[in-house]
Amino acid sequence: MIRLEHVSKNYKTSTRPALDDVSVDMDKGEFVFLIGPSGSGKSTFLRLLLREEVPSKGKLYVNNFDITRMSRRRIPRLRQSIGCVFQDFRLLVNKTVAENVAFALEVIGKPSHTIKKVVPEVLELVGLDGKANRMPNELSGGEQQRVAIARAFVNRPLMLLADEPTGNLDPDTSQDIMLLLERINRTGTTVLMATHDHSIVDSMRRRVVELAFGRVIRDDARGVYGVGR
Amino acid sequence: MRFSFVLSEVLTGLRRNVTMTVAMILTTAISLGLLGGGLLVVRMIDHMRDNFGDEVEVNVYLNKDISGTDKGCTAQPCAGIKSALEQDANVEETRYENQDEAFERFKRVFSGQPELLDLTRKEALPGTFHLKLKNPDRANVIVQTYSNKPGISSVEDQGIFLERFFGVLNGVRNATWVVAAIQAIAALLLISNTIQVSAFTRRTEVGIMRLVGATRWYTQLPFLLEAVVAGLVGAVLAVAGLVGIKGIFVDNVLAEPISAGIIPKIEMLDIFWPVAPILVAVAILISAITGYVTLRLYVRT
Repeated sequence: MIRLEHVSKNYKTSTRPALDDVSVDMDKGEFVFLIGPSGSGKSTFLRLLLREEVPSKGKLYVNNFDITRMSRRRIPRLRQSIGCVFQDFRLLVNKTVAENVAFALEVIGKPSHTIKKVVPEVLELVGLDGKANRMPNELSGGEQQRVAIARAFVNRPLMLLADEPTGNLDPDTSQDIMLLLERINRTGTTVLMATHDHSIVDSMRRRVVELAFGRVIRDDARGVYGVGR
Repeated sequence: MRFSFVLSEVLTGLRRNVTMTVAMILTTAISLGLLGGGLLVVRMIDHMRDNFGDEVEVNVYLNKDISGTDKGCTAQPCAGIKSALEQDANVEETRYENQDEAFERFKRVFSGQPELLDLTRKEALPGTFHLKLKNPDRANVIVQTYSNKPGISSVEDQGIFLERFFGVLNGVRNATWVVAAIQAIAALLLISNTIQVSAFTRRTEVGIMRLVGATRWYTQLPFLLEAVVAGLVGAVLAVAGLVGIKGIFVDNVLAEPISAGIIPKIEMLDIFWPVAPILVAVAILISAITGYVTLRLYVRT
């Protein structure tokens, strides 16, 4: 599913590599927390998986795509197999909830009868049935993040990347979002979540990959946030 | 490809950025209008060449003595000149017009201006050989050969006047095209800028599109089409402008020379074919290329 072999990433603007000789494997259906302080390389890690960046060294495979050697024309295919959720939701404020979710399908050319069918389904899955016609600014933070998750999941990606999805939410709402991500994970979708949230990592007891200064310093099968630091 | 989606994106984009869109359309329209005006001048010159090409003559004017005395061109040196012209390899046809005939033609041409007719005496008009040449380009040879012959006062190549007139028209055309080119640069910069602004205002959408795996067609086609649609509207306005200027201005100002058959009338058809399709093609091509280059240079895929 995800395989990094001695991957390094250098940016021209920095002398220190953002990622330094990282080797990690993640299997289909896994739930993995990616933790580490700011600047440890988490964002670079996620950007490499999306092929927003190209590794400076090493090999990288995502959903059977060879990221280091793939042509630009195949990037959309890769990204269609990955769903993304962010701390700031990134919803389109001038579109309704349903339109926000449908947008993800429209722009990859899905036929409208498919869109009409699957958008209500996914809204029900994330617990937003009945709010399809609301505008994003009429929703709470937790609901907005649900819309973002619905949009990321509506195309049934093989993998869901979540970059601090609970960063803007209170603990209770964060817990609800985590339940939702677990539910999505149970459908067989790999979930990789970058986070700073101790309590969530500690309570879920899932695999934890910890980065520091661009290196993997810990990879526990059922880890907690604080150990090893 | 969902065309309805792309189309709605294009319309939203044009509406959202309406001041820039209007500026872009107007600049494009003016530039294309000038280009079209230049093309019409070219058509006019071509028509005139067609109309006058066969009729351009070299006139050999006889001096006063011969013009007044030798009406039938039977004595020397008139008869000698006549036979020399008739045997000249460059001359296809020679027609002699004596003073009486010249005066009759003069009266006919200027029948609308009796004052001029009153002032003009028959003796002022020379007898003339009207020559049609096998090759109009050889006119200067005739002018040189016959200018100083006894009995001839002067030799005039009408083609030179026509060329001088064409020269003026060509100048008008060139000036129009220079202004059109400058205006086109402004249009290009505006198109490029509009696309950049448009891409910036829609960066969230485009960001999401990229993340969910939209192809470049989906992310960039709306911007490209925005430019092309604006270009097309500009072309339509340019054609409408040409039609308007022709109807209101050109037809009136040039009414006299047109009715006298000196300047060919610009027909509506000239504007619609081939000028209008050319303008539309140029508009599409230029806006599409500018759009594509801008997206390549400034907008991430």
